[in-house]
Amino acid sequence: MSVEVGTELPEQTYRVTRADLVRYAGASGDFNPIHWNERVATSVGLPDVIAHGMFTMALAGRAVTAWTGDPAALVEYQVRFGRPVVVPDDDAGAEVTVRGKVGAVLEDGRARVDLTVTSAGQKVLSLARAVVTLP
Amino acid sequence: MALDAGLVGRSYPPSAVYEVGRAKIAEFAAAIGDPDPLYRDAEAARAAGHPDVIAPPTFAIVVSLEAATGVLDDPEVGIDYSRVVHGEQRFAHHRPIRAGDRLVATTTIENARTVAGNDMLTTRVDLATEDGEPVCTATSMLVARGA
Repeated sequence: MSVEVGTELPEQTYRVTRADLVRYAGASGDFNPIHWNERVATSVGLPDVIAHGMFTMALAGRAVTAWTGDPAALVEYQVRFGRPVVVPDDDAGAEVTVRGKVGAVLEDGRARVDLTVTSAGQKVLSLARAVVTLP
Repeated sequence: MALDAGLVGRSYPPSAVYEVGRAKIAEFAAAIGDPDPLYRDAEAARAAGHPDVIAPPTFAIVVSLEAATGVLDDPEVGIDYSRVVHGEQRFAHHRPIRAGDRLVATTTIENARTVAGNDMLTTRVDLATEDGEPVCTATSMLVARGA
């Protein structure tokens, strides 16, 4: 594929429901109740149950590996967890939208992808960057 | 209580071996909704040049987070886990984690500071095979909000 600074990744939108959070808790081993229990979440000042930051990071990573076509191409990946993804107790859940753009073409056939990850119209990750090896 | 900057550089003994299983990788891939066959089909993974199924890039957290949060139990760190939120996360993969890997986590405190009453602790977890092959470096910044 032809990659230059400014090349955009296909935009991806992922739906996140309470059931997804329960499943992620089990798979990851992170059973913090703020990710599945509204009573606990609101008692610590959150508006509602929130998604695991690592779950949001994983979804944004999917947008990158779907673009590279090879998950092994994602060699470096970092995010800052800015705002939580709030997940209401209904069937619609929350939506997480991932946009990405090549921010730099590096040496050794690698590129840096800068990600913009939003939910409910607000950025939920900041400084979200992936370094990928190009085919 | 402010975090002691003297904690920076402190490292902890290697963890017990974590053996990466195919079923655990498939479970994690399903949980993040990723249908990639390299996460669940060993033949597809071998055709792509891997010895066995590989794990999604953030799977490393399954192994590293326990090591990173274990630092909170150090009496000289003394952070209450119930006050902790995940501030930042970074992975540097030397190669993909794959089924059959026997991983050992070695944890080092990279940064410790207190800003506006919030304790910010950065830990680096180096994941390597028990034979010493580097696999992934997972760096976590944990924030304990001031009481």
